[in-house]
Amino acid sequence: MKLSDTVMGGLLLVLAAAIGIYVSGFPRMPGQNYGAALFPGLIAAGLAACGALLLARGLRAKAPAFEFAPWTRAAPLAANFALVCGALLFYIFAAETLGFMATGSLLLLALFLKLGVRPLSATVVAVVAALVFHLLFYKLLRVPLPWGILQFMAGW
Amino acid sequence: MADIATAFGMVFQPYTLSVILLSAAFGLLVGAIPGLTATMATALLVPVTFFMPPVPAIAAIVTATAMAIFSGDIPGALMRIPGTPASAAYTDESYAMTRKGQAETVLGADLAFSVIGGLFGTVVLVLSAPQLAEIALKFSSFEYFWLVLLGLSSAVMITVGDPLKGVVSLLLGLLISAIGLDNPAAYPRFTFGSIELLGSVGLIPMMIGMFAISEILRFAVEPQAKAQIFKKQIGNVFRGLWGLFRRYRLQALRGSVLGTVVGALPGAGADIAAWMAYAVSKKLSREPEKFGTGHVEGIVEAGAANNSALAGAWIPALVFGIPGDSITAIVIGVLYIKGMNPGPMIFINHPENIYAVFIVFFLANLLMIPFGWVAIKAAKRILHIPRNILMPIILLFCVVGSFAINNTVFAVSVILVFGLAGYFMEENGYPVAPAILGVILGSMLEENFISSMIKSDGRLLAFFERPIAAGLGILTLLIWFWPLASRGLRTVSRTRT
Repeated sequence: MKLSDTVMGGLLLVLAAAIGIYVSGFPRMPGQNYGAALFPGLIAAGLAACGALLLARGLRAKAPAFEFAPWTRAAPLAANFALVCGALLFYIFAAETLGFMATGSLLLLALFLKLGVRPLSATVVAVVAALVFHLLFYKLLRVPLPWGILQFMAGW
Repeated sequence: MADIATAFGMVFQPYTLSVILLSAAFGLLVGAIPGLTATMATALLVPVTFFMPPVPAIAAIVTATAMAIFSGDIPGALMRIPGTPASAAYTDESYAMTRKGQAETVLGADLAFSVIGGLFGTVVLVLSAPQLAEIALKFSSFEYFWLVLLGLSSAVMITVGDPLKGVVSLLLGLLISAIGLDNPAAYPRFTFGSIELLGSVGLIPMMIGMFAISEILRFAVEPQAKAQIFKKQIGNVFRGLWGLFRRYRLQALRGSVLGTVVGALPGAGADIAAWMAYAVSKKLSREPEKFGTGHVEGIVEAGAANNSALAGAWIPALVFGIPGDSITAIVIGVLYIKGMNPGPMIFINHPENIYAVFIVFFLANLLMIPFGWVAIKAAKRILHIPRNILMPIILLFCVVGSFAINNTVFAVSVILVFGLAGYFMEENGYPVAPAILGVILGSMLEENFISSMIKSDGRLLAFFERPIAAGLGILTLLIWFWPLASRGLRTVSRTRT
């Protein structure tokens, strides 16, 4: 999705104002003139200036406010995009309960099938890859990946 | 001398050497596969190097990136698709040579001049870094403030395209760096009650998001095309190289110098170096009309430039902690994790580590000759690796890798958010490099700014009272006001005529 300079400029002005209001509530360092608010305050000022410049430029250029890339109109490609994001969200919410190996295999399987890998090889590669990552990070590098529903395997 | 001997001992031991060999193979693979970049190779290596001692960890990154920047040339020559953005400048030219039946010559030149550029950049790094560190020892917060600001400004100015968007990108990066407790007042900023955000957004997950997840998203929305390889059999790539070298030694030298300098400038790396070197080569060539028709001259110059830029970027990274490109931006994060905080003190406290980095640089560039040869021979196999299997696996690796840094699922949300951010920035023409630099350098900028303000009691003139600070300050202001001044001059001259 492409945003025009006008929209971006407006958004930056809002962001700058929000930061300005937020940092004005910061406490001062006792005995110091320069505290936690100074640096973000300067950033906000900079963002406001850039926002204003972008806004002015955008108003002159009169470009459409939003432009969508061609892929957003091709349903399979848009679905790919959503699936990659969805896969990460799925991992974030399911990893603890299902465990790494189950979540990882499912995540891979879904993506493989969507991207046109044949079902048999998709399943085999998904399971093997998740297993290899688990061995590599859990056994070798001692990263506490969650076991989840496969807890019974932890003792093997 | 004892330090150099120690450094050799640190590099030439089975563990480090096997790390180097493995990361060489990894780097060649990543570079040769279109859509996977050298920066992505670095981001993917970090979770693994996290568990290594400092020298092998750095060695892995140095080796993998050097190999990746070379092997990015391979699909350029054989498929007309650059393997990494650093090869994009001369992809059409290489492919034109392949079509003329000169695949061996172009691949040989890619390899040989990558090695030459890489070694040249390394020599400059070895000679200049310790000298600069001597100077940097005398720096106070004023000099550091200007140096950081100068680096950030040049990162914005050198970005191809729109400087205003570059500034926005930089400011957003600085804003992200302000998140958390890590500020002079140790006051929690922008945390909104989140415990995870107290420690700021993790640098490594952020990089994985920006450089790996965003590439996977880009892959996901591009229509699948079957890999078309022009040439099936590749003969002897080393034939005729000596002649090329004699004919184009000036070009090779010019490319290496330009590459090293561009690499050392913050924010610009191998890709910009290659574009600039190719343009310079065409401009100064005796046969500019041959450019674009399959002429090796520009490939020699740009091929040397992108590899020398890699080493050049390490100069400001090691001496000042200011990254020269996005790869060294990640490296600086790794150095801090390893307790090898970049800056002049490391040259005094741990010279053996620095020497070890230098040795690895030489080793990696020399290893490129046999490894690169194998990669060219295996090109057909590498280019046929199905990307619809590879990309999901990389995605899962990003998940595990980011989780491994702090063992929290929060890191996985970070890679998602920054993956999307990286994708949308690229799509809207906002360069990513200034944002990364902003995040890395934000706290350094703030710290030196605040302590300078406190020292000088708010007098801004104090920022110009020490000679080096004044010089750096004036240079920074010149960079800022140059576009305005030149526009003003142009208007004046236009109204006169």
